[in-house]
Amino acid sequence: MSYEIWIMIVASLVGITCGVIGCFLILRKLAMLADAISHTVLLGIVLAFLISQSMNGLYMLIGAAVVGLFTAMLIQFLNHKGIQEDASIGVVFTFFFAIGVILITVFADSVHLDVDHALMGEIAFVPFDMVEIAFLPPLPKAFIMLMSILILNIILMMLFYKELKITSFDPALAAAIGMPVMFIHYLLMGMVSVSTVASFDSVGAILVVAMLIAPGASAYLLTNKLSHMLCLSAFFGVLAAISGYYVATWIDSSISGSMAMMSGVLFALVFIFSPTKGLLGKKINQKRFRTRTNAT
Amino acid sequence: MTNPIEIKKLTVAYDKTAVLKDIQFSVPKGSLTAIIGPNGAGKSTLIKAILGLIPKVSGDIKIYGKPYRAKDRLVGYVPQRGSVDWDFPTSALDVVLMGRYGHIGWFKRPGKEDMALAKESLKKVGMDAYANRQISQLSGGQQQRVFLARALVQDAQVYFMDEPFVGVDAATEKAIIQLLTDLKDQGKTVIVVHHDLQTVEEYFDHCILLNKEVIASGVTEEVFTLEQLHQTYGGKLAFLDKGKVMVEQTR
Amino acid sequence: MEQIGQMLLAANTQWVLIGTLLLGLASGILGSFALLRKQSLIGDAVAHAALPGICIGFMLTGERSLIILLIGATVTGLLAAYCIQYIASASILKEDTAICLILSTFFGVGIVLLTKVQQMPSGNKSGLDSFIFGQAAGMVSSDVKLMAGAAALLLIVTIIFFKEFKLITFDAEFAKGLGLPVSALNFLFMTLLVAVVVIGIQAVGVILMAALLITPAISARYWTNSLSKMVMISGLFGAISGVIGTLISSLDRGIPTGPFIVVTATIIFILSILFAPARGIITLKIKRRMTNHQLLREQGQVK
Repeated sequence: MSYEIWIMIVASLVGITCGVIGCFLILRKLAMLADAISHTVLLGIVLAFLISQSMNGLYMLIGAAVVGLFTAMLIQFLNHKGIQEDASIGVVFTFFFAIGVILITVFADSVHLDVDHALMGEIAFVPFDMVEIAFLPPLPKAFIMLMSILILNIILMMLFYKELKITSFDPALAAAIGMPVMFIHYLLMGMVSVSTVASFDSVGAILVVAMLIAPGASAYLLTNKLSHMLCLSAFFGVLAAISGYYVATWIDSSISGSMAMMSGVLFALVFIFSPTKGLLGKKINQKRFRTRTNAT
Repeated sequence: MTNPIEIKKLTVAYDKTAVLKDIQFSVPKGSLTAIIGPNGAGKSTLIKAILGLIPKVSGDIKIYGKPYRAKDRLVGYVPQRGSVDWDFPTSALDVVLMGRYGHIGWFKRPGKEDMALAKESLKKVGMDAYANRQISQLSGGQQQRVFLARALVQDAQVYFMDEPFVGVDAATEKAIIQLLTDLKDQGKTVIVVHHDLQTVEEYFDHCILLNKEVIASGVTEEVFTLEQLHQTYGGKLAFLDKGKVMVEQTR
Repeated sequence: MEQIGQMLLAANTQWVLIGTLLLGLASGILGSFALLRKQSLIGDAVAHAALPGICIGFMLTGERSLIILLIGATVTGLLAAYCIQYIASASILKEDTAICLILSTFFGVGIVLLTKVQQMPSGNKSGLDSFIFGQAAGMVSSDVKLMAGAAALLLIVTIIFFKEFKLITFDAEFAKGLGLPVSALNFLFMTLLVAVVVIGIQAVGVILMAALLITPAISARYWTNSLSKMVMISGLFGAISGVIGTLISSLDRGIPTGPFIVVTATIIFILSILFAPARGIITLKIKRRMTNHQLLREQGQVK
């Protein structure tokens, strides 16, 4: 398959993986945790490299998942100690990210990571890093990684759908009927961490945050049903990836930057034109209401 | 026979101040009990502690003679309406269906039977016409009815309700009371955090007067007296005559 | 040691130190208000959103004039703050979602523009990428003086409006009742917050600037219950972090300043959360053990 197609497929997978899981973050008012985890994952990757001395994707995944979960736990802990949530998030992620950057600078000679890569990813190189597994044709490494994480996420989400739903909507009731609210919380955080790191390597931190939040936020303004929201969010993720790629080639600029930008543009369109919850929709409804009340 | 609820020497503290101190009471089967007390008396805290939502410092909580976790299937809970996000993308019927989740178990989805129960229960609270409405488009009273319907499908023996009458219209208040009476007639036990002193005698046969400790508990006629109320509310009560008690507005 | 001594004597380093000290002071003080108004993460979004503004400023003028870049950053920063508040008030989306959304998409636009700038013949040497992680030691003296002057100005304005800010933070309704122009004051505060973020990004970088708003303020909250004391302590912690971070990063060229400022601030935070006299975790643990004993003993006596 051609170079362009692979880039778009990989970016679309990022859009689906992050878009779907991001819906739960939005509904649980944990959007900023997405921001936090996508930053601290850098530390996980650096630590994994320093300990294992290799760029093996599996070690990176484990390192990032561990640091991601640790971030979520530490934020929860500080919050529990009476520090308001936004402040706990701000303190934890800036600290971990700072340490990650310092480690990269200090071990600059031995770490083949640079900070720009971490921020912007190197999606343009994805099609050059092919591997062959068993009977399959050569596939990009990033594609295999993202595909496996996506399948894992879908399985977990199907198994725990009702638990995820009720703990998002009414955690008190969930706890009262004996659901392990904390387990579900950390399950979700674990899914966010591995999705983040799988996406991180190819698209960088910025696009991960954009893909976690923007598609879900757009979908939220279009539907009243959770299952529809999840599907729509995946759709917006793919749309942002593909339109972003074309914009990037058109203006000859950063691919992941353009994709993040397009996810924002799509949101802006939905925000204005959504039939029920958009600006125009609301205006029209108000007008209708006014004419109706005037008529009576 | 063991009482549905038996609390002994329960103490709950936030940081270093005790919010509930040495709580002790029991509630008989088939009773309608009101928990009454001033703001900050720990009424909601008491319910949450019984349900295991917040940790206790010491004491003993028994549901039908067993610790709460062993009996959580027997307990239904109606939290305060403000405790959830009503913009959540879900419909009234779907919220009611959530009441079945405790019975369904891991890895399974709600089936036809659960769906039928949820619909029936919506009908009982007079909300069947709104089953597919997004929950933010319901009025306060309607939202409260959805919560009640959700508690009904839990098919519990003991119900805890946190201020179900706050912000609801008169029709809903009547409907709730009718429902509570039905539950009682079926031999179920209901405990309600209640604010309105005027309706206590009319609605409830048992009372717990609470102000960080239990001032009195038992049958309403014996417990709900001017003297006890005075002790519970301190100086914040204005007495017009017996039966008409007003809580002074502090703000 | 000798190296540090020599550095301290260099005129430029002294200016850089004064600059980061004033910056730390100003952001610590404004950060306290932002924290109490639950707006600290807006600072994070504003910092990220400054990047497109910086790039646009550079593209329009074609040169690296700090003033122009800062004006560009202020414009996009304010725009971002406005968008966040508008999205949160006009739709069902909550503020945290709005913050995250604006942060990532504005930053995405920033990266797109930055890539374009680096393709420009003059852009390669522009050093705009130092805005991402901050490079205080590499600042030229006119830039440093600008930063120090702006920080001092922000400090003065904040001190002048201290009691008004206190009132709108604590009880905006009451302030309205008193006849204060609350929305104008809100706008003024937001502008100050954006301004401190913008002048800070050159030293600390867009990604970590939020820490200088949040971490000193939350550390200070542990030491006092009075707002004026909290503001002072927070300013002090911010200044200490700024100075120590700058000192470490000037040991060698190429060491970014921002991360070291953040690490210093976080160490102060960890010490505060553990050992602050009234609320520290270890202090509290000892106290709580004593009260629990007391509660149980009292019950024993009742019985």
